[in-house]
Amino acid sequence: MSDAHDHDPEVELTSALVPFFVITNGRALPPDQQYERTALVTAHQDTAAMARTLAPEEQAIMDLVANRMLAVAEIAGRTHLPLGIVRILLSQLEESGLVLVRKPAPRADSKDRELLSAVLEGLKNIGA
Amino acid sequence: MYLDADDVRSVKVLVVGPFGVGKTTYIGNISEIEPLQTEEEITEASVGYDDLSRTPDKTTTTVAMDFGRLTLSDELVLYVFGTPGQERFKEMWEELSRGALGALLIVDPQRLDESFPVLDLVERFGLTYAVGVNHFEGATTYPLDEVREALNLHPDTPVVACDVRDQKSALQALIALVQHLMSLLD
Repeated sequence: MSDAHDHDPEVELTSALVPFFVITNGRALPPDQQYERTALVTAHQDTAAMARTLAPEEQAIMDLVANRMLAVAEIAGRTHLPLGIVRILLSQLEESGLVLVRKPAPRADSKDRELLSAVLEGLKNIGA
Repeated sequence: MYLDADDVRSVKVLVVGPFGVGKTTYIGNISEIEPLQTEEEITEASVGYDDLSRTPDKTTTTVAMDFGRLTLSDELVLYVFGTPGQERFKEMWEELSRGALGALLIVDPQRLDESFPVLDLVERFGLTYAVGVNHFEGATTYPLDEVREALNLHPDTPVVACDVRDQKSALQALIALVQHLMSLLD
């Protein structure tokens, strides 16, 4: 099961010539922004008129999350950027109000019968 | 398709097992997207909990971790993460196990002893798990009860045969895990 139209060969940002601290403008991740791998990210509606010019890597992320929700891990996978770099870029985009980040289900949810039923039903539908 | 941020939830399950047991193949077979990788810098010597990643004189190694996605409904997305089983990745385990529904431990019946360090990590991080016994081509079928006994598993822990190359079989192992999670609520 591959999702051909999801694959975007254009998003290829890694280069030995550009050190990662350049991509992040030398910024580190704020300690209160620990984006988990399964946190879902989507572009804010009406971000067409952006206040600032985005770096190519930030623009690539914005393009990926336009009109859909993608997990932090998936953004890293598709941009071929290390997770740590993606987290820093996301914190900048969120700070600028360009993206929404939805935290993954908290741990207590593994005791959530309704959620587990939904997972089970979904898995059975795929396997059917 | 635009999904309203308020309506979509994500959950995750870990796929764990010793090196070369078939985690990547497993994820490739159940994921709706090509398996992707995230890169993570791991300190070679995993000393305590200090963040050594910005210390230039420490040896770091980049670890690629596979994951896949299954859209279960309009509101629910399941991410499956393949997690390396070595002790030195325990910081990665710490983050990945947080909020995970549970883990699927894939074992090779020919090399059961290699599963113990992974089993140890699964239990240490308090993950509910099911065991999928991978059947490799040409391998003699191994009675599931013997695997249970050899790994000294709790009688309630599901042990299922699981061909990681077969989508249906791979999904069955995940289903067994979720059913087990639900049975724990009874």
